[in-house]
Amino acid sequence: MKILVQAEAFDLGAEVDAMRAGRTDIGAIANFVGLARDMNEGSGVAAMTLEHYAGMTEKALAKLVDEANARWTLLDVTVIHRVGRLLPGDPIVLVAVAGQHRGEAFAACEFIMDYLKTQAPFWKKEETSDGERWVEARASDDAAAARWNAS
Amino acid sequence: MTLRILYFARLRERLGMAEETLDFAGATAADLVAHLRARGGAWAEELAAGRAFRVAVNQDIVALDAALPDHAEVAIFPPVTGG
Repeated sequence: MKILVQAEAFDLGAEVDAMRAGRTDIGAIANFVGLARDMNEGSGVAAMTLEHYAGMTEKALAKLVDEANARWTLLDVTVIHRVGRLLPGDPIVLVAVAGQHRGEAFAACEFIMDYLKTQAPFWKKEETSDGERWVEARASDDAAAARWNAS
Repeated sequence: MTLRILYFARLRERLGMAEETLDFAGATAADLVAHLRARGGAWAEELAAGRAFRVAVNQDIVALDAALPDHAEVAIFPPVTGG
């Protein structure tokens, strides 16, 4: 398991290579990369700054990876989330999940992202032509996380 | 009890404070929120009933009826928006 909160960019290929290096038991690696968009809520976004709660962030990410490990048989998980100022097109978050088969890898990857969206203490502030604004939490993110409890 | 209280994101900006140490006589997170709300102004607005905010005690998100241990690190922040 690898959990990083960092200002620097990450390299998806390098992370996947590191995950499978030296082992032949992995049959599937599912990954997700979230990117900063140039548009949100109908107006252009020139940049965004990600704030986090240092200490709790790492703990919250470890907790949701533990939860994924309790639900599925996983061989490895990497979560990297960036903080600081990001420009449109910049990668924000990476989740990579290795399993024996694709089913658990896909499911755990989606589960980790859905929980990260509602549980990990990060906040986005956008720079728009109308000034700065904090991004509001979405009800659809709460719904996406809640469906894992229903099934 | 003595609490270390942290504020993040929009709350930090609106309250004009990132961190404070507070001597506090209440027992639960709800008591603390009521105490802070009584400061009036932005405190009363941002922590009003019906406003969305989260409380974490020693870095775990808790419900408002959670007890506060002495010397706890309490954080109050808006719903998270990472990912």
